Amino acid sequence: MSEPRNVEPAAEASRVTATLRVNGEDHTVVFPVHHTLLEVLREGCGLTGTKHGCELGECGACAVLLDGRPVLSCLVLAAEAAGHEVETVEGLQEGNRLHPLQAAFADLGAAQCGYCTPGILMTAKALLAQNPEPTAEEIEEALAGNLCRCTGYRKIVQAVAWAAAILRGEEERPPEEAFLGSPLPEVRR
Amino acid sequence: MKRREGLAKLTGREPYVDDLPFDGGLWGATVRSPLPRGRIREIRFGAGVDWSEMIVVDHRDVPGRNVIKLIVDDQPVLAAGEVRHVHEAVLLLAHPSRALLRRAVRAVEVVVDPLPPVLDYRRPPAREQIQHGDDNVFKRLAIDKGDVDAAFAAAAHVVEGIYQTGAQEHVYLEPQGMLAWLEGEGEREVVVVRGSMQCPYYVHEALCYALGRPAERVRVIQAPTGGGFGGKEEFPSGVAIHAALLALKARRPVKLVYERGEDMAATTKRHPSWVRHRTAFDAGGNLLAQDVEVVLDAGAYVTLSPVVLSRGVIHAAGPYRCPNVRIRGRAVLANFVPAGAFRGFGAPQTLFACERHMDRCARVLGLEPAELRRRNLLRDGDATATGQRIDDGTDREALLDRALKLAGWEAKRTAHRSWNAEQPFRRRGLGLATFFHGAGFTGAGEVYLASRAHVAGLADGRVEVRTAATEMGQGTITIFTQIAAARLGLEPEQVVIAEPDTARVPNSGPTVASRTAMIVGRLVEKACDDLRRRLGVGDAAPGAAVVEAIRAWHRQHPGEEPVGEGRYEPPPGIHWDEEHYRGDAYGTYGWAAYVAEVEVDLRTYVVTVIDFVAVQEVGKVLNETLARGQIQGGVVQAIGWALLEELKVEGGAMRNNQLTNYVIPTSEDVPPIRVAFVENPYPHGAQGAKGIGELPMDGPAPAIANAVADALGVDPCAIPLTPERLMALVEGEDEAPVAGAA
Ligand code: FES
Ligand code: FES
Repeated sequence: MSEPRNVEPAAEASRVTATLRVNGEDHTVVFPVHHTLLEVLREGCGLTGTKHGCELGECGACAVLLDGRPVLSCLVLAAEAAGHEVETVEGLQEGNRLHPLQAAFADLGAAQCGYCTPGILMTAKALLAQNPEPTAEEIEEALAGNLCRCTGYRKIVQAVAWAAAILRGEEERPPEEAFLGSPLPEVRR
Repeated sequence: MKRREGLAKLTGREPYVDDLPFDGGLWGATVRSPLPRGRIREIRFGAGVDWSEMIVVDHRDVPGRNVIKLIVDDQPVLAAGEVRHVHEAVLLLAHPSRALLRRAVRAVEVVVDPLPPVLDYRRPPAREQIQHGDDNVFKRLAIDKGDVDAAFAAAAHVVEGIYQTGAQEHVYLEPQGMLAWLEGEGEREVVVVRGSMQCPYYVHEALCYALGRPAERVRVIQAPTGGGFGGKEEFPSGVAIHAALLALKARRPVKLVYERGEDMAATTKRHPSWVRHRTAFDAGGNLLAQDVEVVLDAGAYVTLSPVVLSRGVIHAAGPYRCPNVRIRGRAVLANFVPAGAFRGFGAPQTLFACERHMDRCARVLGLEPAELRRRNLLRDGDATATGQRIDDGTDREALLDRALKLAGWEAKRTAHRSWNAEQPFRRRGLGLATFFHGAGFTGAGEVYLASRAHVAGLADGRVEVRTAATEMGQGTITIFTQIAAARLGLEPEQVVIAEPDTARVPNSGPTVASRTAMIVGRLVEKACDDLRRRLGVGDAAPGAAVVEAIRAWHRQHPGEEPVGEGRYEPPPGIHWDEEHYRGDAYGTYGWAAYVAEVEVDLRTYVVTVIDFVAVQEVGKVLNETLARGQIQGGVVQAIGWALLEELKVEGGAMRNNQLTNYVIPTSEDVPPIRVAFVENPYPHGAQGAKGIGELPMDGPAPAIANAVADALGVDPCAIPLTPERLMALVEGEDEAPVAGAA
């Protein structure tokens, strides 16, 4: 969805045309010069997978990768992203194959309402690119800027650790105990 | 079974309301009251905005009743003369450009002649502060059992205490939002609203009332919802009406999405509470009498406060056997944004008081906290404060023992003593809470709701589950798929879950009160059974026979589908006396014992939860992954409420309405959380399930405060236990007051 073109005549003069490279595809978009990468991704490129929870750099929902590094797209001007590689959640999948992070999040129930999930997936992807075998503390630290109000984070940390293992070629699913303590206990009737 | 709702969420394809296209539409915005109380003298439209191109809506544009319908008709859709809280909606604007819209909102000045506001709910109001009845009390409730005064006269020990909890903001990650548009012309024109919500039929009813329209001319559809926790129970009704009013005036689609700061400042909060306990014991540490007074800060309008108070008072005496109980509760007005539904719904407040008080009692009586609880926990055959006989076969002492064992209580106790003696600045402690949570609506609530669910056979042989139950992260779609598939002998892929759309699904009630899996899930089972009957397929026939019968039906009745219906019927033997608050307050309860281990840094007074154990009995666990997720998420929300989350209120307005200064837990704030379930199937819930979602909000705060008491030998009675409040406590100053509507 894009704003009608003719509604801000006063701002016409300050519109720019730029080509953004997002998930390996070029998008040529026209937008007011002060618009953020978040706004242009969602409205100009129609990529609404990137979410907004504050637009002030406080929640992490809008995190995307810029040349592989995680940035808060609500704090980056779209014009500044031109000429750089932007990666969003829409580019995580390869064809029909989920990225190991997506697969681990699905299997472990690490996405509840899902609103924080795109930002967390992208932040985690950057972490794993730079540190293929992170400890739980390193995962917690890397995700400290990504708020999640639903999950309590335990499953997210667990899913990132598991995805890291899969990416290293250790496909074995780790036992639940390793992360959560006791499995379903003996059944009393 | 894996989460079914997962895939779209993981690939960025889930269409939350702000992701929906609305070509040619307008953005909406809300202009709000600057003062906590007063009369609107004038609304000034400032310079620098071309007002002729702006859609402007005020109270005169409300075609029906200017009321957001809920329990009492007191809250206006748009203030009509009087305002009762800062950020109350006064005016609505819409324009195609968000930038111009923001400028326009700033250019409007609402001039208010001030009236004396109530800024502290705990103080008796002066005459000129009265705004409701003759004492500003929205609701009073009383529970009486036995002879409390006689029991106190005979007591060996009497222990008193006052406990307070603060407001809490929901911080669902997706802010409130609605998209409204019109379909059809003239007499057939339908107002359609799609947005973020828990309860499509609440929104539908409120729209009909405010717009003065019959039910068939309003349609409400839930968009995927980015978290609710109660914050999207009643509040979305107002947002939906606002979006619809703008769309009706503009004759174009209007999207109204709150910004974070607006959402935090203007939406409902958890009720702040003040609770006084006076408790009598015999010489053996057995409870003789509980005398409890509960006061809730309801904010400026009634909203759901009567029912929040109801759940609060029913849980106030805890899961204990006590022959004599007196509970007095009231919900009172303050000129602050209305308090509303929030996970736990009054029970976390009164259970914080009860469980913190039990530890204090244990100390006075010279007993271990676990021992005092063990002596007094309800056993089968005992009755609760309302006289409800508990006879479900759950061994509540065994739950407690299991939690102590999982936490390594005894060993840690010993280890802490030597660790604390060696550490110059750090102290560790352990705390416990045993508690319960009534599952489903209170009292006769479910009977009044008279919920219905449908399961339809589709032409291709699949079935569609039609309910108004919404998915907002808890896994409703997965659970309902599991339930219907099991009941009909189908594969999950053969079950479709209908989008909650009031034009297509029956009213299965609101998605609140931990009732979805247990109650609506049971209706889905009944609807499956009814579908089998209509198709002439026996209960034991396999799924293939069901599919074949559905296809045969469609061949024989072209254009007509077989629909099974499930209707709510109360479990047999349930009696509730609303007038005297006696009897079976809930069909059943979830039971739990939680243990928190904390470390306190005496230089910074920062409390860190370093280990957490949550043991509960919630009937049959339908999906282990989802159930763990509910417990972990609830525990962490409660850690935030207990330690971090504090509203700074000045002049009746929340001043820290940003995520940088209203701090919720991050990934670095959470301890390992060991979750264990003890299963005891409940015969009247789907597959034996009880409610689960709210229970984990009840126990962590008192367990953490008890752990701090254990670590430092102090007696914290108010949360959030921020460094400032803890420092004052340790240094013997008065505890900082907990923000009510100060
Ligand atoms: S929207 Fe960018 S950090 Fe919240
Ligand atoms: S899953 Fe809802 S905010 Fe993270």
